Parts: sequence; structure tokens; C-alpha cells
Amino acid sequence: MPLPAGGVGVPPTLTYHARMNPPTHLDPHGHAHGHDHDHSHLGEMDVRVRALQTLLVQKGYIDPAALDRIIELYEKEVGPHNGARVVARAWDDPAYRDWLLTDATAAIADMGYSGRQGEHMVVVPNTPDEHNLVVCTLCSCYPWPVLGLPPVWYKSAPYRSKAVIDPRGVLADFGVSLPDSQRIRVWDSTAEVRYLVLPERPAGTQGWSREQLAELVTRDSMIGTGLALTPQQAAQASRVAATSSAKTGTPQQPAGGAA
Amino acid sequence: MNGVHDMGGMQGYGPVQREVNEPIFHAAWERQAMGLTVLMGGSGPWNIDQARSARESLPPSLYLSSSYYQIWIEALERLMLARGLVSAHELHTGAMSAPALPVRVIAADQVDAAMARGTSAERPVRAPARFEVGQRVRARQMHPTGHTRLPRYVRGHIGTVQAVRGVHVLPDRHTAHPPTSEAEQGEWLYTVVFDARDLWGAQADPTVRVSVDAWESYLEPVVTA
Repeated sequence: MPLPAGGVGVPPTLTYHARMNPPTHLDPHGHAHGHDHDHSHLGEMDVRVRALQTLLVQKGYIDPAALDRIIELYEKEVGPHNGARVVARAWDDPAYRDWLLTDATAAIADMGYSGRQGEHMVVVPNTPDEHNLVVCTLCSCYPWPVLGLPPVWYKSAPYRSKAVIDPRGVLADFGVSLPDSQRIRVWDSTAEVRYLVLPERPAGTQGWSREQLAELVTRDSMIGTGLALTPQQAAQASRVAATSSAKTGTPQQPAGGAA
Repeated sequence: MNGVHDMGGMQGYGPVQREVNEPIFHAAWERQAMGLTVLMGGSGPWNIDQARSARESLPPSLYLSSSYYQIWIEALERLMLARGLVSAHELHTGAMSAPALPVRVIAADQVDAAMARGTSAERPVRAPARFEVGQRVRARQMHPTGHTRLPRYVRGHIGTVQAVRGVHVLPDRHTAHPPTSEAEQGEWLYTVVFDARDLWGAQADPTVRVSVDAWESYLEPVVTA
């Protein structure tokens, strides 16, 4: 919702809407290109951050190769495909599921995922009676080792404000409607405990391999703003992705929002 | 601090807006903002609670009109200045004009191990836990002017201890600078769950429960008659 122009001392171009809401249009190359974005301001951030980086390297505080590596790590390697593998194994192996629900940090480390923003993990299972939703109302706490860096909406005011007072409304924003009888349990990550939702295993997946199961596990289903894909949804999503990457020549994100 | 960052339960921000096939970063500078912030934090001049405190202490209008990585950069510059690591002149010119201070520089071949290790919030147990699972507790009605992690929307309300999470460093003290031995001490941490009707009133959805993770000093026992 845009603020009134000129309100609270903010230049009219820097409305709340323009800054905190993500661009929603993609140009023909698949790049985000929002009409709301103030390009001169983004240019200003480019200049400002480049100058800061130059200064910190000059002063010897930052190793430029370390900067390249950390960006590569969180842009290319750590992401929701990690969490999807954890969920798929829990669906497939009841003993692993028990371990995950009693000592998530250790069970997740067993898959090779550990560390920053996942030091103290707790996994909460969805059931037909109860659906879990994770939020950080105070900042942007998110389980990095299993989900990577959070999407813009997770850090945005609409999600942080609404999740604890109107979780069914948030789910509606995501196109998710739960039965009225299914309780909702919201976890506000106010300390260093990081929560991961274990979504319900979709019907019709008996005998599937863990690799096949992992394809059904979306990022949003592990936050609680989505459900795991049904086999039909996954088949449709992979057809769309194949068409789209044939057009753009770039692979799609493996685990985006639920359809 | 009753800051603009404490958003739980606020209204009027509109629907949650998703972005289809959202990229990890929306601009080149966001990559640098993430990398510089995480590396400098890992170098040790400040801890995570001091970083959070710097972000939530930004002027409210700036906080609300900034993207999250802009908030990180604003706070990073302020922390670098506050620790004397850079001068205002250097930030303005982008060129070094004052000697560097010693910091623990993270080398490229240390990044993976440092990230995989993380930083534990756990601290040694010094006293038995005051509360137990199933106990009714009240979130204190408190309004500290410094950093705290007890959101306003639960203060004064009664909930139930659902889990005892161990002894974790207390953010309210952990922001002390320069660091003190007391600032590093831990406190028992609990997951406390509230009925939505207790938080938001009789019209709230009766099927919703909301929890926060709360340190022992955020809570008081509920005396039953």
C-alpha cells in the first residue's frame, strides 16, 4: 500500500511500495524489471556499495576472493533444494523422521547442512489436524543451511505484520486455502532457533525415490506458505519450466513458490 | 525498543506480494551487500545482536522506505563508523585515509568452513530452569529502550511453555559494547505458545496459536488462585 506522497519525510519516489515490494514483471530476458523501481536510486546503491567495498578491501578488512566465494555459495549452492532433500528423506524413512523431529540440528547435519542461521534447528510437522507457518516478525530470521537466503516477501512488512494476526489471510495471499477444521500454528522466530516445516507427503507417491519426492518439496512448503506439490502439479510445473528454459536458455529455480 | 521493526500484528501493509521465479539478488549491489555484511560480521567487530540493534535503530522512515539489503548497508556503515573501522571522510570519498584497525579477516579458503560452523547461541548452564513444559507464564509488560527480542504483541499476555530450548545468550545484554563477561552469559530460552484469542481478542480465529521464543527474564509465572 503506497504511503501518501511526501508523507513522513520520505521523498515521494521512495514510497514504501516501491522499496519493500518486489518487482513483479519480467523482461524478455527473464530479469526482474519493476515499474515501481526508481532506477536512479538503484544506481545510487550500486555506486555506494561499490565504494564501500573498495574502501573495505583497501583497509584490508575484506578479502575480495572471500567476497566472491560467499556470494557464489549463497547464490549457487545453498538453497531450498537442501531442505527438499531433508524432507524427502523424512518422508521415506520413519527412523530419520523421528530423529529429525527430536534433534533436527543433528539430523540435518547428517545430510551435510549446518552452520550459519541454522545452528539450532527445529522441524515442525504438518498433520491433517495442524498446519505450521514460520515467520520472523522482528527481522528476517530464516534457516539458511536448508533454505538459502530468504525471498523478499519473507522480509517484507506485509508478511511480518500479518502472519501472526491473520495467518489464513496470508495463506490466501499465496492461494492456499486450508479446511476450517485444520488448526494453524504460527512460529515467530524471535531467538536463534530456526524452524523448518515438514510438509505432508502428497498422496499418490508410494514407491517414489527420494529424488522424485524432493521434486515435490517447494521452498514455500517448508515455510508453511505453501503445500508440497501433488504429482500432477509437479508434472505441470516441469512442463512449464521446460518450455520456459527452452525460450530463455536458462534453467529455472528448482524450488520456487507453490503453483 | 518499541521500534518500527517490531511489525507483528500491524495492519495496512497490504497483501503479501510474491515474485514468480524470484532471483536470489535483484541487483549487483545486493550481492556485495550480503557478502560484505556477512563477512564483516564474521570478522568479529560486532555480534549478531549488535547488528540487529543497528538495523532496528535506523530512523523509522528510512527503515520503511528501504529494501532489506539497503537496511543492511545502512547498518553496516553505521557499525563500521561506530567501531572506528572507517571514518566518515573515508565513507564519503570511498578511499582509505586513516590506518586500519586489526580485525580477523576471513580468507577465501575459510569461507565455507566458517559458514558451515556458524555461531552457537548456547551458553553454559548456571542455574536450573525456572519454568517447565506445560506451565502457564505471562510475557512481561516491558518497554526497554535498548535491544530486545520480546515482540510487543505478546507483552502482558499469558501463554504456555511448549519447549525448553536450552541456555542461550540474552540479546538485551549481548548488545553491550565494549563486551563484558556478563553480556556473554546465557539465560534459559523457552518456546511460549499463545491462543490467538488471548492475543487479539474474542473475534480472533479460534483455531490459531502463535508462539515466540522468549528468554526467562521476559517471562513471569502466572499465580493461580
